[in-house]
Amino acid sequence: MGSAIYIIWYRNVLKYFRMKSRIIGSLGMPFFFLVIIGFGLDSAVSVPGGMTTSYVDFIAPGIIAMSILFSSMFSGVQLVIDKQIGFLKETLVAPVSRMELMLGQALGGATTAMIQGLLVFIISMFIGLDIPSFTGILISLGFMFLIGLSFTSVGIAFASRMEDTHGFQLIVNFVLFPVFFLSGALFPLDQIPQWLSFLTYIDPLTYGVEGIRYGMLGASQIDPLVCFAALGGFLVVVLFLGSYLFKRIRI
Amino acid sequence: MELIRVNQLTKKFEELTAVDHISFSIEEGEIFGFLGPNGAGKTTTLSILSTLLSPTSGEAYVNGFNVKSNQNEVRRSIGVVFQDPTLDEELTARENMLIHGRLYGMKKPGEKINELLELVELGQWKNKLVKYFSGGMKQRLEIARGLLHEPKILFLDEPTLGLDPQTRNHLWDYIKKMNREKNVTIILTTHYMDEADKLADRVAIIDQGKIVAMNTPGNLKELIGGSILRIETKNGNEVEKLMTDQEWIEKTTQHDGFVDISLQNAEKHIAEVMKILKDIPIDSVSVRIPSLEEVFLNYTGRTIREEEASSKDRMRQHSRAMRR
Repeated sequence: MGSAIYIIWYRNVLKYFRMKSRIIGSLGMPFFFLVIIGFGLDSAVSVPGGMTTSYVDFIAPGIIAMSILFSSMFSGVQLVIDKQIGFLKETLVAPVSRMELMLGQALGGATTAMIQGLLVFIISMFIGLDIPSFTGILISLGFMFLIGLSFTSVGIAFASRMEDTHGFQLIVNFVLFPVFFLSGALFPLDQIPQWLSFLTYIDPLTYGVEGIRYGMLGASQIDPLVCFAALGGFLVVVLFLGSYLFKRIRI
Repeated sequence: MELIRVNQLTKKFEELTAVDHISFSIEEGEIFGFLGPNGAGKTTTLSILSTLLSPTSGEAYVNGFNVKSNQNEVRRSIGVVFQDPTLDEELTARENMLIHGRLYGMKKPGEKINELLELVELGQWKNKLVKYFSGGMKQRLEIARGLLHEPKILFLDEPTLGLDPQTRNHLWDYIKKMNREKNVTIILTTHYMDEADKLADRVAIIDQGKIVAMNTPGNLKELIGGSILRIETKNGNEVEKLMTDQEWIEKTTQHDGFVDISLQNAEKHIAEVMKILKDIPIDSVSVRIPSLEEVFLNYTGRTIREEEASSKDRMRQHSRAMRR
């Protein structure tokens, strides 16, 4: 059973590395967010005590989460393309279960999204973030992977129902921006009005951002175990949803 | 040995019955052709046999496995080359093959990939992206890929659709070679008469979801008479009346302003026929050695071209039903 998951994963990673321009291009937005918003608002936002003194350091985990979020959700477009070019048919007629195909696709998308996140991680160290401890890095990587796998599954769930790539991009954009802006990636959670705070706490990405923050800065506003449980629960739900919708694809 | 057995197979899409109680069996090593116009039910039949669609009723066994309850075993026994392309054009020929091999559980497909790519003369292109391939090259690659996991049976859905005559001839040679050298049983659908005639050991003529005739191309042609004298005239009925009296005539039929007279050795009787018809205005006379075209006409009462026009509505209905 591993063979099929591996080869679908391999195909996604292979195609990712073949598109150098896409790798570089999608680093642009996180980079500008970090530099312009990070330094621009440095003096305007006061970061909660005990974490860090710099706003750039504070949003770096949020920007890493953002690049993973975007990259993982959009990786679902491959499924829409596979429907169009007929490649999906080739995999569906193979003696493997749809669950394996879906898992390979989800892991592939999560992997490439994580690579994208790691690149932002490295960039943020160049612009001044302290290198976290080894355990800190492991914790961050764990949360990055959880974000990647969850939102790739969401992307696959959408893609299972879509026939054209433009429609897919529109829908995904519609979902992406609220998920990102409500996540507490850009603002401390204790300084916002109550109604907004509520929305923030039901946004799964919040727990991912806080988890990475804990790994990178050594402190967070939400307990990392709570983050892990919340994000893990979300992952189970969307994995189930994604594979359910994937199984129902008609060709 | 019997590799495929189909019994009273039926597939309905809403109102439309795409496949209507068909039964047949296919022996190991055969090249079996489904001949019929678009919308006749060929692709639907193939989709059921390759487990992509489940039948409404009836049974189908592939390599001894039930297509409904033993899907994975069926899939392992077959290779499928679809009518529409299914290659990833952003990958190389070798990578497309590799993915296929691993999906079918092959541990080290490398050598086999090289061998098959050589066989379809794509060896030197194996590391090129498929998007730079011509239509014929892509089709050869699809066939090579379909054979990679050494299936007992290869399904080819309209394998030469949209290819130029030279490439088609080339591809026919490959298909025959695969059948001979690898002992692969081949089932193909086509709406090209010459393709069915040249390739298939046995042909099933399928029309509006039903098999109307099934035999070797030679037998099918013989069954409708040795040869045909085709007379173009406006006085078809008179011609038919005069000709039916002759004992050496097997059968006469009329369609689109032609009278087709079936008889043995048509060329020897032309003079005689002309003598009998000397008072009737005739526009042209031709002798035809029967092809599958005549066989098709004989069994359905239409040429395949007329059939395609009338089946367009059915097709539209069909694709609407499929989308649901």
